[in-house]
Amino acid sequence: MSDARTEILERIRGAVGTPGGHKQDGHATIERVYRQESQLTRVELVELFASRIVHYDGSVRRCHAAELPDTIAQTLAARGKTRLYVPSDIDRSWLPPSIDFAADEHPSTSELDRSEGVITGCTVAIALTGTIVLTHGKGEGRRALTLVPDYHLSIVFADQIVETVPEGIRRVAARSPALITTISGPSATADIEMTRIKGVHGPRVLDVVIVAS
Amino acid sequence: MLRVGDAASAPPFPEAAKDSLANAQMRRNVRHATDVIRTKRATVVGEMPDWQQLREAARQIKAHVLRHLDAYLEDFERNCTNAGGTVHWARDADEANAIVTRIVQQYGGTEIIKVKTMTSDETRLNVALEQAGIVPYETDLADLIIQLGRDRPSHIVVPALHKNRHEIRQLFMEQMGISELGEEPAELANAARAFLREKFLHVPIGFSGANFLIAETGGVCVVESEGNGRMCLTLPKVLITLAGIEKVIPRLTDLEVFLQLLPRSATGERMNPYNSVWTGVTHRDGPQEFHVILLDNGRTEVLKDVEARSTLACIRCGACLNQCPVYRQTGGHAYGSIYSGPIGAILTPQLQGLQHSASLPYASSLCGACYEVCPVKINIPEILIHLRRRIVEDGQAPLAERLAMKGAALAFSGETPFTLAQATGRVMQRPFKSGELLRNLPGLLAGWTATRDLPAMPAESFRQWWSRR
Amino acid sequence: MLISLFITCYNDTLFPDTGKAVVNVLERLGHEVEFRSAQTCCGQMHYNSGYHADAAKLVRRFVDVFAGAEIICTPSASCVAMIRDHYPKVAAESGDPAFIEAVAALLPRVYEFSELLVDRLGVTDVGAAFAHTVTYHSSCHSLRSLGLRDQPLQLLRAVRGLDLRLLPGADECCGFGGTFSVKNPDVSTAMLADKLSAIRETGASVCAAADNSCLLQIGGGLQRAAAPVRCLHLAEILASTA
Repeated sequence: MSDARTEILERIRGAVGTPGGHKQDGHATIERVYRQESQLTRVELVELFASRIVHYDGSVRRCHAAELPDTIAQTLAARGKTRLYVPSDIDRSWLPPSIDFAADEHPSTSELDRSEGVITGCTVAIALTGTIVLTHGKGEGRRALTLVPDYHLSIVFADQIVETVPEGIRRVAARSPALITTISGPSATADIEMTRIKGVHGPRVLDVVIVAS
Repeated sequence: MLRVGDAASAPPFPEAAKDSLANAQMRRNVRHATDVIRTKRATVVGEMPDWQQLREAARQIKAHVLRHLDAYLEDFERNCTNAGGTVHWARDADEANAIVTRIVQQYGGTEIIKVKTMTSDETRLNVALEQAGIVPYETDLADLIIQLGRDRPSHIVVPALHKNRHEIRQLFMEQMGISELGEEPAELANAARAFLREKFLHVPIGFSGANFLIAETGGVCVVESEGNGRMCLTLPKVLITLAGIEKVIPRLTDLEVFLQLLPRSATGERMNPYNSVWTGVTHRDGPQEFHVILLDNGRTEVLKDVEARSTLACIRCGACLNQCPVYRQTGGHAYGSIYSGPIGAILTPQLQGLQHSASLPYASSLCGACYEVCPVKINIPEILIHLRRRIVEDGQAPLAERLAMKGAALAFSGETPFTLAQATGRVMQRPFKSGELLRNLPGLLAGWTATRDLPAMPAESFRQWWSRR
Repeated sequence: MLISLFITCYNDTLFPDTGKAVVNVLERLGHEVEFRSAQTCCGQMHYNSGYHADAAKLVRRFVDVFAGAEIICTPSASCVAMIRDHYPKVAAESGDPAFIEAVAALLPRVYEFSELLVDRLGVTDVGAAFAHTVTYHSSCHSLRSLGLRDQPLQLLRAVRGLDLRLLPGADECCGFGGTFSVKNPDVSTAMLADKLSAIRETGASVCAAADNSCLLQIGGGLQRAAAPVRCLHLAEILASTA
C-alpha cells in the first residue's frame, strides 16, 4: 500500500503524462501583454495614491523629509493619540519627541489590543488600488503589530509609490520576502444584506503620511 | 472516502429548484446581492484596458500549471519544508479530516479558529472535528452566521446572502447571549467583532485554506476582506492549512495577474482589504508550527479528462454565480453542493462522480454569461456539454429522452424521413390542438404546456410552400 | 448573388413565415435564393444534449448538403453558433482530413440573416415599413457567440415608422436553452417571467429577436398571460412594407 503522496503524484502523472519540455520554458512562454509599466509622473502617482486612501476614509498628509516628525505629530493629534507602538528598528529620526513611542518588545496580544495604535514604514505602495505592502522587514514590524491595534499610521516615501499591481509585486518579489501583507483600506464586509461595513477586524483607522523625495 | 459536502445525497436540481423558487425572501436576497456585485464588478472591470489580456495570461498560467502539476507540487513541498513547514498529502476527504484531527490532538487542542475555506466544507471537516471533541469556530462573518444558524452556504463569496438583517439579529442574540442588539448592519458587525475578538486573542490553533500555493517559494497566499484571516494566520501558535492541489501557481510574481483578477471579479473592488503571504515558519512572527495538507479528493479525476481539466483553473471568485440567470433564480442551495452556480455544475459532478450529480450539467440554458466573466476563461458551457455527453455515453440518460433523441435523429437523417415526420406531427398533434395552440402535452413536453402556450404546427411547412412557388 | 437558404428544422416546421420573409427581403434586394430540399438539421439539439454520435452524423450531412454553396444564410443565430463553435471540433474528432477541410471551407460562408445584410451585403435599410412599437431581445447565441450586438438594432432603426424601445436586461437569457426548457421547466418559467416583465416595461406591442427559439419561449409566456404583445422574428419585420 503506497502512501498518499506517492499515490497522488502517480495519479497526476497518469493523468497528464510526461509533457514535453522543461516547465521553466513553458512558464517563460506565457503571454503577458497586460500593463506592466506606468506612464504617470511622480506627482500624478502621489495624487492617485492619496485619492485612493482618502476614498478609504483614511487621512493623507504630505510633507518633505524634514517636516516628517511635525506632520506625524499633527496626524496623531488629530486622532487624539498620545502613545503608540513602533517596530523596534524603526528610523527614530521620523518620530516627533512630543509623543510616547514604545518599541515593540513583543508585548502580549492583549496589551497590543489595548494600545492606541502603531506607526510603520512600508515596502511599496500601489497607487491604482490604494494598497500599502509590508514585507515585515526593517521598520515594518512583525505582523501582529499592524493587525491588533485599532489604528495604523503608515509612512510612505514618494519613491515607494508605483502605479500598477505588477510593478508593486515585482518590487516585493525582488526582496524574496517570507512574509507579505497587502493593506487596501480598513477591513470590510458586505455579508449583511450587501451593505458595505468598514472595519471588522484589523485596524479600523488607517492614516498615511507621504514623504516627498 | 471522497466527499463533496453533502452532494452525494442531494436531491436532483429540478426538484431542489422547486423549493428554492418557492422561497421568496431568499430569491429577493439572491437577486439583490448578485445585482450589487455585478454592477460593482462591471465598473471596476470597465476601468481596466488590459482586462482581456489579464484573463488570457491567467488562463495560460493555470493550463501550464496543470500540465506540470506534479513538479510544481513537489517544488512547493520542498520549499515549504525548507522554510520550516510540514507538508501532508490527503487522497480524499476522510484522510484530510483525519490528518487535521491528529495534528490538533497532537498539540492537545480542543478548539480551533477557522478562516473561511470551502475546501473544509467540501471535506466536512467540522463534523469530523466535533466527533473528536474539538470545537471549530468559524470567523468569517457569513460563515459565523451559517454556523450559528446550523445552515448551509448559498454562494461562494457571500455565503449568507440568503439571510437578512432581522434573521441575523435574531440569531446573534440567541447564540451570542446578547440581550439588546440593533438591526443596523454596522451594529451586527460590531457584535460579531466583539464575539470573535475574544477567540482570536486566546485560541492557540488556527486553520485556513489557501487561495494560492506558491511553488517557487513554498509560500501560501490568503485573500480576504474582514481581517479574520490575518488574525487566524498570525496570532495562534499553530497553523494548519488545507488546500486543493490545484491551488498551486509557479512563481510569486504570478500573483500580479491573479491579485488583479480576483478582487475585481469577486467583490467588485480594485483590491480587497487584505492579502497575506507566509512561508513556512518565521522566527518571532506568527505561528511557530505550520502544517499544510495537499488535498486530492477527486481533483486527479478531473485532471484526467482533458476536455474538462480547465475546471481546476477556478479561483473561486463567484463571478459566474452572479451572472448566471439560473443561479439568480434559485440561489445556491438548489445545486445541493457547496460549489454551486455554473462552476458548481461542472465541478461537483466531476469531483463527486457523474452518477451522483447527474442533474447538475443540465442546470443550465447554455447562455454563456458565465464564460464571459470568468477571470481564468473556463469555457463552462463547453464543459457542460462535454459532461452531458459523458452522461449519455455512460448510458445514464433517461430512457424517454434517449428514445426521443433517436427518433429525432432518424427524422433528421434525410429529406424523406424528415417530411414524413413533419406530416406525422401534424396528424399526431390533433388531439392536443385547441385553435392554433397545443394544450396539455404529455411526457417530456408536459413541463412546457403547464406554464406556456405552444403553437400548433402550421398546415404547410416552409419547404411545402417553396415547392409550390 | 445566389444565396442558399438554411431554413432550420424548427423554422421549417413551426415558423415557415420567417423563411418566407427571408426570401422576400433577399429577393427585394435583388438576390437569388436557392433552397436545397435535402437539408434537415444542423445537429445543435443532439450536440447540446450530449448525443454526439448522432450530432456528428447531422454535421456531416449538413456539410454534404451545402457543399459548393457560396453563401449560406439562416434566420437562426443559435444554429450559426453551433456551426462556428462546434463544427470544427466535431470534424477534428473524426480524424477525417476531408471532413475537416470541408468544415473549414464551410465556416466562412455561413451567415446569420442580420449579419448577412449588414456585414456582408452592407445594407441597413432594406426598404421596410412597420409602424409599431418594437422591442428587441438579444438571444444569447447572437450576442455571445456571434457578437451581434448592433446589426439587428441598425436594421430595426432603418424601418420606416418603427418605434424602437430598448429592452432592459436585453442580454439576459429568456430561459429557453433547448431541452433546458422542459428538463428544468420551473426555472425556465421563472427566467421567462423576468423577461416578460422587462418587455411589459417597454410598452412595446411587438417583441422581436433573431431566433424563433427564444420567441417560442417568450411568445409562449405572452400568450399564456394573454398579454397585448406579439412576437415576430426580425426577418418578418424587415419583410413588412405596409
